[in-house]
Amino acid sequence: MTAINANNDSVLDHTASTDNYLTHTRGFLSWALTLDHKRIGVMYLIGVLTSFLGGGIFAILLRTELLTPGPTITANPTTYNIWFTLHGAIMVFLVIIPSIPAALGNFVLPIMLGAKDVAFPRLNLFSFWLWVIGACCAIVSLLVGQFDTGWTFYVPYSTTTELGGVVPVVVGVFILGFSSIFTGMNFVVTIHKLRPPGMTWFRMPLFLWALYATALMQVLATPVLAITVLLLIVERTVGIGIFDPSLGGDPVLFQHFFWFYSHPAVYIMIVPAMGIVSELFAVHSHRHIFGYRFIAYSSVAIALFSFLVWGHHMFLSGQSPLLNTLFSAISFSVAIPSAVKVFNWTATLYKGSISLTTPMFYALAFLILFTIGGLTGLHLATLNTDVHLHDTYFVVAHFHYVMMGSAIIGMIGGLHHWWPKMTGRMYSENLGRIACVIVFIGFNITFFTQFMLGSQGMPRRYYDYQPEYQIYHVISTMGSYVMAVGFMLTAYTLLQSLWSGERAPANPWGGRSLEWQCASPPPHDNFPVQPRVGDCYDFSCLRWSEEENGYIVDRSMDPELNANAPKRAEGAR
Amino acid sequence: MSHATHTQGGSHGAHDSHDSHGGEVHPLVGHLVPVSLLVGTGLTLLVLTIITVVVRYIDLGEFNIHIAIGIAVIKASLVVLFFMHLRWDRPFNLLMFVACVLLVVLMMSFTVMDSKQYEHLEFKGNPPTVQTTLERAAPGAPVARFTQYAP
Amino acid sequence: MRPSGRKGRVDVSTLPANASAHEHGDGAGGKGHDAGHDHAHPPFLAHHFESPAQQFDSAKLGMWLFLATEVLFFGGLFVAYAVLRNRFPEVFSYASHYLDTIMGGINTAVLILSSLTMALAVRYAQTGKKTAMLVCLWLTFGGAVGFMVIKYFEYEHKIHAHLVWGSTFYTPPHDAAGRAEAEALKQPLQPAPAIVITDPTVPALPMLAVTPPVDQPAIKPATQAPSGLASTAAIAKAEGLQTGESTVGDHPSLHLEDKTMPANTHLFFAIYYAMTGLHGVHVVIGGGMLLWLIWRGMRGDFGPQYFTPVDIGGLYWHVVDLVWIFLFPLFYLIH
Repeated sequence: MTAINANNDSVLDHTASTDNYLTHTRGFLSWALTLDHKRIGVMYLIGVLTSFLGGGIFAILLRTELLTPGPTITANPTTYNIWFTLHGAIMVFLVIIPSIPAALGNFVLPIMLGAKDVAFPRLNLFSFWLWVIGACCAIVSLLVGQFDTGWTFYVPYSTTTELGGVVPVVVGVFILGFSSIFTGMNFVVTIHKLRPPGMTWFRMPLFLWALYATALMQVLATPVLAITVLLLIVERTVGIGIFDPSLGGDPVLFQHFFWFYSHPAVYIMIVPAMGIVSELFAVHSHRHIFGYRFIAYSSVAIALFSFLVWGHHMFLSGQSPLLNTLFSAISFSVAIPSAVKVFNWTATLYKGSISLTTPMFYALAFLILFTIGGLTGLHLATLNTDVHLHDTYFVVAHFHYVMMGSAIIGMIGGLHHWWPKMTGRMYSENLGRIACVIVFIGFNITFFTQFMLGSQGMPRRYYDYQPEYQIYHVISTMGSYVMAVGFMLTAYTLLQSLWSGERAPANPWGGRSLEWQCASPPPHDNFPVQPRVGDCYDFSCLRWSEEENGYIVDRSMDPELNANAPKRAEGAR
Repeated sequence: MSHATHTQGGSHGAHDSHDSHGGEVHPLVGHLVPVSLLVGTGLTLLVLTIITVVVRYIDLGEFNIHIAIGIAVIKASLVVLFFMHLRWDRPFNLLMFVACVLLVVLMMSFTVMDSKQYEHLEFKGNPPTVQTTLERAAPGAPVARFTQYAP
Repeated sequence: MRPSGRKGRVDVSTLPANASAHEHGDGAGGKGHDAGHDHAHPPFLAHHFESPAQQFDSAKLGMWLFLATEVLFFGGLFVAYAVLRNRFPEVFSYASHYLDTIMGGINTAVLILSSLTMALAVRYAQTGKKTAMLVCLWLTFGGAVGFMVIKYFEYEHKIHAHLVWGSTFYTPPHDAAGRAEAEALKQPLQPAPAIVITDPTVPALPMLAVTPPVDQPAIKPATQAPSGLASTAAIAKAEGLQTGESTVGDHPSLHLEDKTMPANTHLFFAIYYAMTGLHGVHVVIGGGMLLWLIWRGMRGDFGPQYFTPVDIGGLYWHVVDLVWIFLFPLFYLIH
């Protein structure tokens, strides 16, 4: 729908129909059986955000329980255990792992790449329905007896507990694993094979590099989760004996199996958020990303290194000192690519023309919170401090800084960044920024306190505690309520935009990657005409257009676009 | 791009294919493996299987397992390279396959290394559930010898 | 738009033609794909692909990624095998006698031949020889069935004899013949005394006692040792058996009567059933896939223009064969 106006600018032709992917076809089946990656992304988004609400409710419940030592809102410690288990399992498997790749990635990747869809659209739909079935299995497990094993399902407790929800939820995890694998397969093949002419590897936006690294991890790591849970199911139902010491098995073997997947899993959670943040910093400071190749290579390096460090979750499990030392040493090296990214992002901001939009707020929050989370990971990677800190609130604080404070913040920042594109509406910037600040403040109150709790010895997953810890728990819980308010305001901001937000232009923020060259919302087939691929971080030829109420590419200012003179047929839409 | 006007993906494409294999139709995409190569690979695999079964009955001490696995690796390579076409396929596909094998090797080596570190601490007798089952269901069964615990 | 349901063909939209710049970018919009163009749009080519070559390459890459996940899926079990065999080498040496090497060898040959016929089926699809392709696909399917039949007999015998995982391994078989035989050889019950450590070099463990009755005559050890057990070396010496040799002989169902069976032997069968069982599940899935390919092949879907499903189905079948190529020496060829 682009045309050239009198000034030789490419503009969107509003006289054309306003048909877009949302209005293209109607009816439940047109969504349930859609092959359109954008619709699948939207369905994932709704599912993921609903699960986030569910996991958040369990978080509020468990934090409220911890306001006082001993019983607060429940007299049953097992109930508390069920709450933190469900909070963890829902957040890890139903929310964070699928959130950026499946919800945002599905929507953005083909458009950003310049393709018409992912490589295997039906596999994509199948991935989504597998996610739904996995979620249903989790719900079933809540109804048939729940489970309180912790999201890590360690044996021998998970194989011997009488709570009957273990098998259904673990079946759900198996199915969710395949949803993740198929998404990863789709993305790897799409990026390898469906790049349009001109889109070489090193012209891809960094979000795509991040999604590619994530997809590789998904494909290579998740099958090990599948065999782990399969063995757990067999052990629990049939008593095969591989993990059971009373039958000669080895429970630490389960941990090796489990963490071989679950460590790459945490990088599956964070690497896409890093990719989003690369985009946010570049676009919202209108400055070419600093160190493009370094950031691209570091994404792949993180993916490779992530497979080498799983034992750092097992330092106190009876793992041998030899392996403890090896894993500790390698874990230090895995921090390096992440640090490379942080330095490059900071350098991107320097002398940039920073717009303090809501996405930029989230990106700055990410920068601060990821730095704290990443650095505290080093405390835990060091063997001798980990002896003191393992299974305390220090670990809880560390992983919430990286999973909630970085991955989720990155995801919500990306959601705000691409919201105009996905929905065609602008949200209230003021509300968005206030919500981000409230979340940021609430988050730090909640979790920074927990570093102190943990270093003073408060164990994690404990229902009861010594009275001297109470003040920290109260502060932390208050912080969690503030965070909850912040998230509710975020939800309100976004939902309100659907009803009364102003119409979004194609390019509200001034991005150069390809998704900003199609209408907001995009048409069904993304690009009626193959878009031209330039440098996606060169913002010099963008200018604000009043009639568009957004940015447009001024062709006369772009040397690259003029060098390959566009061969446009007359009357092309 | 071929201008064939067929409507089914059936075998009507002969008129737009060039035969370079003695009168044979050439596929639109991909590469044709000669039948002789496939049959030869199959026969080699069978021969290797026979060899590996025969070697099992010859006592070579600790080399038995290495020879058996070695022959298995050769057989696997033949299947992967020729039956699965990787010899003529894109290098990235080979890279993925090698990567996943390396990951399995990585997991195996670290886990076995860990296991070996504490094997001197392991009790090698009947585990508790086994012992109680034996006493209840097969009293007097002479099974399950164990070695003395030696610190 | 409703998808058309044929694999490889997706009717995503009827919106303006794909704007591949060198092909039909010039105002060729509006009408849909099959009318009014100067080149035919192959019906098997999905709309988001530019060319059959791109689609074929993508399908292959996608399949190799899936096979990587299969290798890692089985790989976990290989890791468990490695750990168990490393901890209990004597268990593996002993228990492998219960597996019939010849049956395993026949199964290996069956799978290798079925791999060959699968590769030939792909080739015949590529060269348009429909009948030969179908024959090869049926032969491959026959191989799958044959494999499962042999496997069924192997399992059936073992399960009957309680050569299974877990504590069931230590309960005698329940059928009349098995029970009769076990009764004939069963020893009178000795009351198990309190745990007595007779060997001062053994630290006190809340476990089992050991008594080496080296000076005793060669009578059944259950009447000698306090808890009914004695050391392997002592029994072997007393019975004049070579240590490590199995006394399975004519009564493979009576593993409980075998004096030389090491502790934790059930773990061998645990990992055996886990690995061969999972492999068997994949063979069955592969059989279903072969039937689907045969059905489509009979419909005439495959030829030199489009044979991708046969090709990638073949890749799956070869991985099934590949896993068995490693399972065979690891279980059946232990010396």
